[in-house]
Amino acid sequence: MATREAFLAKVRAAQPQARQRPEVPLFASIGGDLRARFTTALGDMGGSCLQVAAAAEVLPLIRERFGVDASICSATPEVLGTRDLTADTPPASLQDVDVGVVRARFGVAETGSVWFSEQEYVVNALGYIVQHLVVLLDPAQLVDGLQDVYRRPDFQHARYAALVTGPSATADIEGVLIRGAQGVRSLSVVWLAPA
Amino acid sequence: MSGRIDHAKAAGAFIAKTEHVAFHDKRLWDLRQKRDAQAHNIPEWETLRELASGIKEHTLSHLSGYLEQFAAAAEANGVTVHWAASAEEHNELVYQLMSERGMTTLVKSKSMLTDECAMRDYLEPRGITVMETDLGERIQQLDHQDPSHMVVPAVHKLRGDVAQLFGRTIGTDPANSDIHYLAESQRMNTRPYFVRDKTAGMTGCNFAVAETGTVVVCTNEGNADLSANVPPLHIASIGIEKLIPKVADLGVFIRMLSRSALGSPITQYTSHFRAPRPGTEMHFILVDHGRSERLAMQDFWYSLKCIRCGACMNTCPVYRRSGGLSYGGTYSGPIGAIINPTFDLKRYSALPFASTLNGSCTNVCPVKINIHEQIYKWREVISERHEVPFVKQEVLKMAGRLLASPTLYRATVASMGGALRRLPNFVLYNPLNIWGRQRELPEAPKLTFHAWYRKNRGGGNGNT
Amino acid sequence: MKVALFIPCFIDAFYPEVGIATLELLERFGIEVDYPQEQTCCGQPMANSGAHGEAAGAEKVFARNFAGYDYIVGPSASCVHHVREHLDAIEQTDEVKKVRASAYELVEFLHDVVGAREFPWAEFPHRVGLHNSCSALRHLKEASISEVAGTPFSKPLTLLQGVKGIEFVKLARPDECCGFGGTFSVTEEPVSVRMGQDKVRDHLNAGAEYIVSGDMSCLMHQQGCAERMKADARFIHIAQVLNGARA
Repeated sequence: MATREAFLAKVRAAQPQARQRPEVPLFASIGGDLRARFTTALGDMGGSCLQVAAAAEVLPLIRERFGVDASICSATPEVLGTRDLTADTPPASLQDVDVGVVRARFGVAETGSVWFSEQEYVVNALGYIVQHLVVLLDPAQLVDGLQDVYRRPDFQHARYAALVTGPSATADIEGVLIRGAQGVRSLSVVWLAPA
Repeated sequence: MSGRIDHAKAAGAFIAKTEHVAFHDKRLWDLRQKRDAQAHNIPEWETLRELASGIKEHTLSHLSGYLEQFAAAAEANGVTVHWAASAEEHNELVYQLMSERGMTTLVKSKSMLTDECAMRDYLEPRGITVMETDLGERIQQLDHQDPSHMVVPAVHKLRGDVAQLFGRTIGTDPANSDIHYLAESQRMNTRPYFVRDKTAGMTGCNFAVAETGTVVVCTNEGNADLSANVPPLHIASIGIEKLIPKVADLGVFIRMLSRSALGSPITQYTSHFRAPRPGTEMHFILVDHGRSERLAMQDFWYSLKCIRCGACMNTCPVYRRSGGLSYGGTYSGPIGAIINPTFDLKRYSALPFASTLNGSCTNVCPVKINIHEQIYKWREVISERHEVPFVKQEVLKMAGRLLASPTLYRATVASMGGALRRLPNFVLYNPLNIWGRQRELPEAPKLTFHAWYRKNRGGGNGNT
Repeated sequence: MKVALFIPCFIDAFYPEVGIATLELLERFGIEVDYPQEQTCCGQPMANSGAHGEAAGAEKVFARNFAGYDYIVGPSASCVHHVREHLDAIEQTDEVKKVRASAYELVEFLHDVVGAREFPWAEFPHRVGLHNSCSALRHLKEASISEVAGTPFSKPLTLLQGVKGIEFVKLARPDECCGFGGTFSVTEEPVSVRMGQDKVRDHLNAGAEYIVSGDMSCLMHQQGCAERMKADARFIHIAQVLNGARA
């Protein structure tokens, strides 16, 4: 295409003298109690961590926190929602769902983040359009830091990947922190290994 | 382009709003301190800065190759890639993509690039409703103003301003300035747009990864994820300087971005878009709009390393007291001072002089842009083009000659006694009148040091 | 060692007592100090306005006056920084390069070259707000700065700790620019003044009686603001304190 070639030629002509790519080392990991670090980091970002003894307890926990009448849309086998969810579910149809439930592939101790792709979400919008998000996380799937996250192969295959850290937030007006900007109002991580 | 931006005058007007300037300064200084706390807590922070700078400089020096790699990867992923040489081409492309598909609403997350391209001004007269979904950008959209800060676009406003604005525009109670109420109102007002028919979604791009063709977007509000994952069309506007080579490089940049910007370890949402959802479209628009010109500038191409964190604004004592709108362009503060003159030298010629050259911006920049040194260099360029806003070239020549002649100089200084008023006019107006508006002048001493030395220590040191 | 005294133009014209204190202080350490009398200005005002060509004349005079010295010592970090980093409007002969490399700010010189730590003749029984100029901090690296992690250090503080009776107050923003900035003080007067007023307020809130700095330009600006504010603060150059001024 003429536009593309002219575009690239202009950039090529403008490039300064070649600089080498630096070697990016792996820095010393902080290590320690990853679960404790994750919990603290997530708390700082406005999320919370909950413990259950078994998968069967998750749904009652949701009902307790969000009301017996809360509509639930679950992407996980552990929780039965009140709303169906398949890959064909139109994203906009989830706009009136109260609680979304999804299992994270892994969590990050450095930041309190959890990782999802279209595989975990089933419908990507589930993570954002519902009012509250409940995240199942296997404590054995914790990674130390972001430098480790970005060395994982998951990003090569995911069509969409998100590192989510606490609920949606903004401090755009006078620096006052608001939880629940455009995305979810709350994010709760439930420690639970998959069956 | 209109005339020269008078930063000093606009800053003066902001400073006169005592409540606003006090809050603005305190809020941004607080972000600077939060950034310090994060940076000081990571032993390898300075090494990370060095790496981030090195990766960007490497990438920019091989930019055409990385752009090709990025486009090839994206196209293999099912993304359509477009090449916009100018702001106009970008805006036309967006309009074309939407109108071809019968789309009349655009929900978008924050993108400085689209502000730079004045995209809304192009689309709205053509019947496209543009909804800025970021709270700060929405405030500025409703008020018909540029964003005043890259990360917190409405930081120059107080809650009362927002209450009045929302009351005028989205029907809230203008007397209710409770911030939770205001934010909730914006959430409810914006939400229907994500799910509307005939709607396209747009995001900007923080990082474009060449290895995988991935666009990375960082937000706190989740509005990029909604804009991209609900409508059937996702357009990402990408400035070509956003390229980085590999996914692993994000391990450096994502660690630094939010820590530098807000003093939090990461944004609430770090989203990686590689391929469209089945049955939907994803389009990337790569935009030049003056970037290749800047890349060719030997002294100034380093500004292309910028990752839009805003740390330079937060630390800049001048910016904190001026407000971003006083810079008159999409970019303000220290980075604005070195970018904007490339768009229009005369219009932005005052900006490199809106600096004390204190250098703290350079120290907090996560990609080690030598901002204060570029500011200094821009002054030379502006002087060469005779566009120094406050002084005529002839006056500078005269002053130069005076300082180059010991006899002339001594004669002037010796008569200092009552002759403060006879100081050479370095500027178009009498500098003493300006100085004296809000400050006392120093008293003229009886003897200069030179005269004292001659009197008390004798006339020579080998010279006469 | 051959030491020459560099007296910045505005100190020569408005604050000769700072020049006198600098000279006397160096002599207290047994240093023989020359004062090249043909010196005018280092050229910084022109260069900072972008008029590098116009600075050449002044820079030539500077290089000529200070040729042949081992150390060129001046009580102004911004001027010394200009000489070291930006005296480049003139041909860079070996002599010019040596002049540039030999320029020292007074605090640097006393701390690093003379190794001075004790000032037994000095006493300054006052509460002091120490102001380090941005040139001293960020360009000459005379002290650690809050935006960069590292072991805290401060050459000016180390020297002043050798003066009996000084009590240092703790500022809220110890290393924020005070807003002088050369011609900035006039061309961006509203912001400059606001910065100066904020700085004075910080000192007063911290309880400072005296504001001490190695840069007279910063002090001139802060004093100008303070007097118009009717603020009860006094201003004195570090050379004067180290040389034994009591007030």
